[in-house]
Parts: sequence; C-alpha cells; structure tokens
Amino acid sequence: MNLDLPLIFAALMGVAVLAYVVLDGYDLGVGMLMPAADAREQELMVSSIGPFWDANETWLVLGVGILLVAFPVAHGVVLGALYLPVAAMLIGLMLRGVAFEFRVKAEGWHRELWNWLFYLGSFLASFSQGLMLGRYITGFESGFGYLLFGLVVGASLCGGYVLLGATWLIYKTEGTLQKKALAWARWGLLWVALGVAAVSVATPFVSQTVEMKWFDFPRTLGLMLLPLASLAAWIGVWRATRRLSRGTAGAADWAPFAGAVAIFVIAFIGLAYSLFPYVVIDRLTFWDAAAHPSSLKVVLVGALIVLPFIVAYTAFSYYVFRGKARPGLYD
Amino acid sequence: MDNPDLLLLARAQFGLNIGFHILFPSLTIALAWFLLYFRVRYARTGDAAWLATYKLWTKVFALTFAMGVVSGITMSFQFGTNWPGFMNRVGNIAGPLLGYEVLTAFFLEATFLGVMLFGMNRVPAWVHIGATALVACGTLLSAFWILALDSWMQTPTGQVLEGGVLIAGDWLKVIFNPSFPFRFTHMLLASGLTASFVVAGLSAWRLLRAPGDASALRTLRTGIMVAAVIAPLQIFAGDQHGLNTLEHQPAKIAAMEALWNTERGAPLVLFAVPNAQTRHNDFAIEVPKAASLILTHELNGEVKGIDAFAPDTPPVAPVFFAFRFMLALGGLMLALAWSGAWFLRKDRAPAPWLLWAFAACTFSGWLATLAGWIVTEVGRQPWLVTGILRTEQAVGRIPEASLGASLTGYVLVYTLMLGAYMVVITHLAGKGTTAAKEARA
Repeated sequence: MNLDLPLIFAALMGVAVLAYVVLDGYDLGVGMLMPAADAREQELMVSSIGPFWDANETWLVLGVGILLVAFPVAHGVVLGALYLPVAAMLIGLMLRGVAFEFRVKAEGWHRELWNWLFYLGSFLASFSQGLMLGRYITGFESGFGYLLFGLVVGASLCGGYVLLGATWLIYKTEGTLQKKALAWARWGLLWVALGVAAVSVATPFVSQTVEMKWFDFPRTLGLMLLPLASLAAWIGVWRATRRLSRGTAGAADWAPFAGAVAIFVIAFIGLAYSLFPYVVIDRLTFWDAAAHPSSLKVVLVGALIVLPFIVAYTAFSYYVFRGKARPGLYD
Repeated sequence: MDNPDLLLLARAQFGLNIGFHILFPSLTIALAWFLLYFRVRYARTGDAAWLATYKLWTKVFALTFAMGVVSGITMSFQFGTNWPGFMNRVGNIAGPLLGYEVLTAFFLEATFLGVMLFGMNRVPAWVHIGATALVACGTLLSAFWILALDSWMQTPTGQVLEGGVLIAGDWLKVIFNPSFPFRFTHMLLASGLTASFVVAGLSAWRLLRAPGDASALRTLRTGIMVAAVIAPLQIFAGDQHGLNTLEHQPAKIAAMEALWNTERGAPLVLFAVPNAQTRHNDFAIEVPKAASLILTHELNGEVKGIDAFAPDTPPVAPVFFAFRFMLALGGLMLALAWSGAWFLRKDRAPAPWLLWAFAACTFSGWLATLAGWIVTEVGRQPWLVTGILRTEQAVGRIPEASLGASLTGYVLVYTLMLGAYMVVITHLAGKGTTAAKEARA
C-alpha cells in the first residue's frame, strides 16, 4: 500500500494544532480573565485549570514537533520568519507556567507580582500566537497593512481565548463566579464576532491565493456553509448563556463551552481550506517540505501506537477532575 | 559562515537556554523516584510524617518540573528559529528521536503530574502511587530519547546517505550508538547525585532552623545514603565514559587534558592556563608521563594532542577548566557523602558543621552537571554532528538586532525565574520547619 505520508502528517499536525488551540486556549483565556476576579474567585479559576494546563501545552510541543519531524524545511522557514513573535510567546508561556507555582507559594506583594505576571504571560502568549497566525497567513510579507492585519488577528485570538476561558469557567464553576463568567462569555462572543468578521473580510485582500479559493463560483455557494455553521454555533452559545443567566431549568452548563469549541473547529476548517496544500503559503507545499519517507514511517508507527494511549489517559485525567472546581487545590 | 558575531550570539543564546533548562530535568529525573519512595512509605506505614515529607517534596518537584517544561518548550522552537541547518541536514534522524520523546514521555509526565499533584483525594491510593510511578517513568523516557539524540550527534552511527539525503539505515544503531550507554548512565547518576544533595541539603537547612525535626532528619538520612552509594558509582561511570571518549572523540580528550602536542610519555596536566595563541600551557603543574599511563596504560604510550586534529579542534581552555571543576566537585561530593554516612551511623544526631556543609552544597550537583555538559558540548566543537555537520553550517540568518533583543529578554526572564525559584525553595523548606514546630507545640 502506498500511503501519502506528507498528507497524513499534515492532517496529524492539524489535529495537534487544533487540540492545542482549544485546550490551551481555555486555560490562557482563564489567565486573561484573572484581573476581573477577586482573590477568592482567582483561586477557583486557577483550580479549574491547574491539573490540565501542562498537558494542554504539550499539544503545542507536539504540533511544533510534527512540523519539525515531518516538514523540516518548513520548520526553519516558518520559525525563522516568526522569530520575534515566537520569542515573545515563549517568554509569555514561561512566565505564566511558573506563575502557577510561584503565586501560591509567594506571600504579600510577591504574590501580587506573580498574579500580574500570570495575567500578562497569558496575554502575551495569546496575542503572539494570533500575530504569528496573521503573519503566517500572509506569507510573512512586510508592510504596514500586513502588520496591521497581524495585530487584528492577535486581538481576535485573544477574544477567542477569552470566550473559551469564560465558557470553561461556566462549566467548571457555580454561583457568583459562574454569573461573572456568563457576562464575560457574552463580551467574548462580541469580540469574536468582530474579530472573525474582520479577519474573514481582510484575508482575501491580503492573499490572492486565499481569494481564489473562496471566490470561485459555484464552489463559493457550497463554501458558504462554513460561515453559516459558524453563525449557528455563535447563536447557540449566545442562547445557551442566556438560558443559564436566567436560570432556565435544564440549561446545560457545558453547552456554551461546546459551542465555543465548535466555533474554533469551524474557523480552523476554514483556515485549513484556505491554506491547503501549502505549509508556507505560495512557497512550499506539504509535499515539497516533507522529510524522507523512512523517517515519516518510523514516526507514524510510533504515533499510531502511542496516540490512543495519550487520548485514553487524557480522558482519564478529565474524568478524575470532573465536576465543579473546588478551592484549596494548591495547599 | 561570514558573520562570526551572529554565530556567537546564536550559540550564546542556545547555550544559555539549554544550560538553564538542564538544571531542572537533572533534578526531577531522580527526584521523581524519591517521591515514589516517600509515597510508598506513607502507604505502607500510614505515618503522617511520611505524608508531610511527600507533600513537601511534591511541591519542590512541581515547581522544578514547571521550570523544566517552560524552558524545554523554548528549546523545541529554537531548533527551527536559530539552527535551521540542523534540521535540514540531519532532520530525518533528529526529528523522529525528538518526536518519540514528545509522544512517549511528555504527555505521560504532564497528564499524570496533574493526577499526582491534585488527585490524592480523588483516586484510590494505588492509582495515586501508579500516577507517581508513571511520572517517574516519563522523566526517565524523556532522558532516554534526548540523550540518544545527543549521543548520536557526538558519535554518529547507523546513518546512510540516500540520494544525497542523510537517513537512518539502522535505528537501533542510531539509538544505541557507541557513546549512548555511557552518556545515559553518567547523566542518570548525575541526576541521582543532584537530587540526593538537594534532598540532603534542604533537610539540613530545615534541621539548622528546627533541630530535632524528625521528618527532616529522615530525609537528610535518605539523601546522604543515596549520595554515598551513587557518588563512587558516578566516578567509575565517568571514568568509563572518558575511555569511551578517548576511543571515539580523541580531540575532546586532548582538550580536557590540555595536551597541545602529540607525544610519547605525555604528562598529566594537573593545573595550567591553556594559551590558545602560543598553543602552550602557562603556569603548568604536571605529573610526568602520567597521562600516557592513565590513557594507554604504558609509561611511554603515545597520546594524541590537539595538533593531531587541526584544524578541527575544540577550544581548550573552557573544556580543560570545566573538566577540572567537575572532578573537584565530584571529589567533594564523595567526601561529603561518605563523611555524612559515617557520622550518622547507628542513628547518631548530626553535628552542626555537617548540617552547614550539606546546606552549603545543596546545589553542588547542578554545578557539576553544568560543568560536565560544558566539557562534552564545547569539547565536540567545531562539530554539531561529528564529521557530518559543523555548528557554523547550521546557524540561521536571523537579524542580529532580533537575536540581541530576544537574548536580552531571555536573560531577564531566566534571572527572574531562577531567583524566584531559589527564594521559594528555601522558603518551602522553612515552611516545613514552622509546620513541624506547630505540630510539636
């Protein structure tokens, strides 16, 4: 059997990146919401993500790992071009990662300092990731318009992560914090709507390749299903949060989070469609950049054996820490 | 390479990052097994003191682990941002090894760390012990893959050229390359020593502040006994590793011993200031013929000097000094561990001088590990992958301003993180003593 290995790895990388964005997205979002909460609520917020954040971040390492293993040429091109935003993101991730530990062990103004670094690190990492995405879509072109586009994507991704974080808190908390989270989720939704609209409208202007893919009748008609599905998910989250705020019987606390994830999945499919088959837009396709088949095979075998275990014990961990977050996780 | 400043900056940045990173895994790899021991003792005895011990060291572990994770993520990006030539040339071999590390180790550690840290009251004891054991296995697996890659870069075997592309012909030969068993053993023992000195050192610190703290005395004993067993093993393993290096990377040995010229009856240089300009040692204190005797087991055996490998020679002075620093620390740690074991025999109480000595040497393992890595990584220059890829061929063309800016950022963040880490670790040890005092009161 002749496998199209580069295609398989492109799909695997897509899954890893999507898993990262959704999973670390909610814990980065919770981090960005920290300044809006009081001290007691902050403890609950950190408790809701404490057992998960480390594994969530590992998906980033896997995504970059697949880029490195399967598309070594692209790894150099992409990360070289994104040098500064990558460095900013890494510094952000470092600060927030250690702040988890430091903020509970420090006292007095030290604790305040680490709370702020936790918040700032979350924001810096999220914004840099959006900026990286913006630069990536435009093929790393330089110029004011492209930079502006990158900044808009950065801001939009922050909004998306805030939405994920807020809906995660709706799911994992109760009482006054959940009420606050419902309000945050509403703001996140508006932010996301603006961001997705701006990015969707602007993308065809900054990239001809993307424009040709979307404005090609009659295919365009079929493609319109994606924005429609996205709109449906958006309305779904809006209604679910309204039902929860009003305390409607039978309103599901997980529904807003599920809807937010759906918005991300749909946006991701749209993005993947826009870029395919390029790993570096207009320059390198997946097949151009692929590593030698012998290496790809060896990694594929390992991935097929190990991934089911990873999924299984990740599920186990979410099962162990099911239900509402409780305070005093870090004592 | 037309720009030596760029290469220097890129190397400085990578050296800083990897030097900072290695501190934390070198502690967690072995500390995980200490935790497992404490956890099992608690499960067996139901003694609350073991539980308190486990909880205290779990906090140290969690903090150290987080430092390792975040600095490790940085590394995975820097291969691409700073060294694109590395993946272009040897990506077909380095890639799968790194990929297996992520797949088999990182997720395992990260997920079960969550269960280990926060799940004690949510899962049955055996599941919690299992989670602790899996975290320990994860750190070990991670070390396995990354040392396989580093060893392959030092002593590459198993690769073949196919149509101008370097690929693995035999993966078993790639992984179990000639220096791997030695380097892996040496690193695991280094981790064991690092962790046992941290355990003993922080326990000594607690005992100095609250004499008679039973839990601290117990961990002091555990740390000292483990160190007393590992220290001589490490010296033996290091010697074997050195002989393996002599066989496969003789230029590194010449630099370690500061032997500029090939000669029969080569002297052992005890101390000197190697001078790269004159290719001579200034202020040398030597033992005649000793190097020949040690390395070839003959008084007049021929030992290859730096001149035999020109122009592909490593810088001598850093390798020479780092090697001596590591040896001195190794000797000190052995002496301290054995004296500790002697003075604590038959449940004797530790004398204050002993406690001070261990407290002062808490992080001696870090210094020795760093010195060892400088010996082996600077000693393989100018090669990144011996005989296959030079360091200067792998560096990417990043604008110097970007490199400088990010380097400054990393220095600031690492200084902040390391400072905070030290403060919190000693603070945690102090907290343990107040808890013990309150318990007695």
